Amino acid sequence: MPRTRLNVDTPLEFLSILTEDGVVDRDLEPDVSEELLLKLYRFMILGRRFDEKMLQLQRQGRIGTFAPIKGQEASQLGAVAALEPRDWMVPCFRETAAQLWRGTPMESVLLYFGGYDEGGRIADGQRDLPVAIPVASQLLHAVGLAWAAKYRKSDEVAMTFFGDGATSEGDFHEALNFAAVYQTPTVFVCQNNQWAISIPRSKQTRSRTLAQKALGYEMPGIQVDGNDVLAVYTAAKEAVYRARSGGGPTFIECVTYRMAMHTTADDPSRYRTEEEVAEWARKDPIARFEKYLAAKGWLTPQGLEAVASEADAAIQKAVQRYEELAKSLGDPLQMFDHHFEQLPAHLVEQREELRRFLETENEEARHA
Amino acid sequence: MPKMTMVQALNLALRQEMEKDDRVIVLGEDVGVDGGVFRVTEGLIDRFGPDRVLDTPLAESAIVGMSIGMAVYGLRPVCEIQFSGFSYLNFHQIECHASRLRHRSQGRFTVPMVLRTPYGGGVRALEHHSESREVFYAHMPGLKMVIPSGPRNARALLVSAIRDPDPVIFFEPKAVYRAFREEVPEEEETLPIGKSLLVREGRHVTLITYGAMVRPALEAADRLSQKDGIEAEVIDLLTLAPLDDTLFVESAKKTGRVVIVHEAPRSYGPGAELVARLVEKAFYFLEAPVRRVTGYDLIMPLFAREQAYLPNAGRIVRAVKETLEAAA
Repeated sequence: MPRTRLNVDTPLEFLSILTEDGVVDRDLEPDVSEELLLKLYRFMILGRRFDEKMLQLQRQGRIGTFAPIKGQEASQLGAVAALEPRDWMVPCFRETAAQLWRGTPMESVLLYFGGYDEGGRIADGQRDLPVAIPVASQLLHAVGLAWAAKYRKSDEVAMTFFGDGATSEGDFHEALNFAAVYQTPTVFVCQNNQWAISIPRSKQTRSRTLAQKALGYEMPGIQVDGNDVLAVYTAAKEAVYRARSGGGPTFIECVTYRMAMHTTADDPSRYRTEEEVAEWARKDPIARFEKYLAAKGWLTPQGLEAVASEADAAIQKAVQRYEELAKSLGDPLQMFDHHFEQLPAHLVEQREELRRFLETENEEARHA
Repeated sequence: MPKMTMVQALNLALRQEMEKDDRVIVLGEDVGVDGGVFRVTEGLIDRFGPDRVLDTPLAESAIVGMSIGMAVYGLRPVCEIQFSGFSYLNFHQIECHASRLRHRSQGRFTVPMVLRTPYGGGVRALEHHSESREVFYAHMPGLKMVIPSGPRNARALLVSAIRDPDPVIFFEPKAVYRAFREEVPEEEETLPIGKSLLVREGRHVTLITYGAMVRPALEAADRLSQKDGIEAEVIDLLTLAPLDDTLFVESAKKTGRVVIVHEAPRSYGPGAELVARLVEKAFYFLEAPVRRVTGYDLIMPLFAREQAYLPNAGRIVRAVKETLEAAA
């Protein structure tokens, strides 16, 4: 037989709707209500200002290490806005704004990064998994949740988040493969923020795009301007619709930028230039969205200020609640909770050992 | 009562639980059409269909990671990892998520899944197919670790594991899979996880063991009784985590002499924990040093030498005699 060309159908699109200057492509502009757009704007502002507040709290030693989201507000909020409350959200660790959108109280985020396990508690009815730190491992949970939803003949969708670095992990490939084989209603959202700690996107993979990795699994892939909330929302809406209507999984690559450090323990000046950061600052997702909303006549200078001050007031209250809660959560014995439905005998013994030790310590302290 | 091999008994447990509860899903490599490489899942796909018996792609991390998602959703996945020697590819899903999601979510989400996998030597297998690494999982907080020793307790424990609200690692001694038959009742039978079993009464020495080593331990006990008039008490742990130390501590207090038998390597092996518990809880009753008859701290040899690596009745008899000869 001769050597012939295999016709592998590999459609791959890039989507951008709102330019860096806030100019909208009228043909692509999605039909979204003023109410939803303003809600998105409010959460983008809340996400950014909460991030800034957390950085301040971390520097003051009032919370521990955390991963800032600055610059990635559009890519996570645009995606999660396409979900219904009955859908599942499976985050990694840089989705604070998406978590707030889904209903996680800010004080829970603060408790978690403040070192209290109680911060991981997800409210009953809220279908979000807690933060997952081991890179790419959580993608498989989204596949399992989506498989189960399909098995139960429900129309729920599972959306999972990860970064560009995750696409090098085995679990990323296993998850895309399983999702495609079983046609699970899973939406994979890659926040390609250009840096996996100090490793740039160009050293992470030889592929020209991350989106094209979907094609190896016969899965639709799309690359979007991740700083364009309209583009992210449009792509996510399509992916969620596809998943919900039995069309299987989708991979979305949001091209964005991590404006701050990997975590508060990181110093990006060791590996990237200020020029690069400045270049991305011009592509800021919030600035261009403000211009768009202003041009629509939906956001006035007064409205803009009101959103910011409302966010600040809510953040201030949350910080207060966090610090009050933290005081009430001082009991070290609570570390023994939630390991098993029933605490086994050896853990009852170990808890008792700690309880007795703490008691005598306290007594000694009183006498001293 | 029908007489069954462990393979048939495990199959019975899976079939009956799948019949009773549509949350139970079986998944793994070759578990469907092929019925599993050891045939534990034979016939399940015909009975329950490919929606409940998933022939998965070849990826252990995905099998376990997907099971975690299913369990969080409210299903009861029972996944099979074809050999425990391949479970290292899914290790991080167990360590980072299955064992922790209840805690990380502070009780909101639980992971009621079972990971079944054959372990241990003695079947003349290839490299990576004969190791006993149960301690990796027994060491992990948030997990239960069960190892049956015969058809009847395997069936009863697997039913309990499937119904357990927490993740259970279920190691199946592949050397026992078809080694002998036992009467296994058709009607439901369970055994509590976290409870050890007295399988032979004795007064001179206590043998503590589990899994495939229960048979050589019993054989040694018979020989000691017949030839030397030594009556060994034999305890089958059945669960390594949480470890039930009440029975063996009581037995050690009675006999004052203990020999531990496992095929896992000795250093930091399950025996180390057993000795520690004995020292903590029965120190003043011990009349001789505790002996460990175990696999050596070696890479498991290929099968031509595996019988020399594995503990057997002869090595156990020798250790018991040395223990009894030791000065009080």
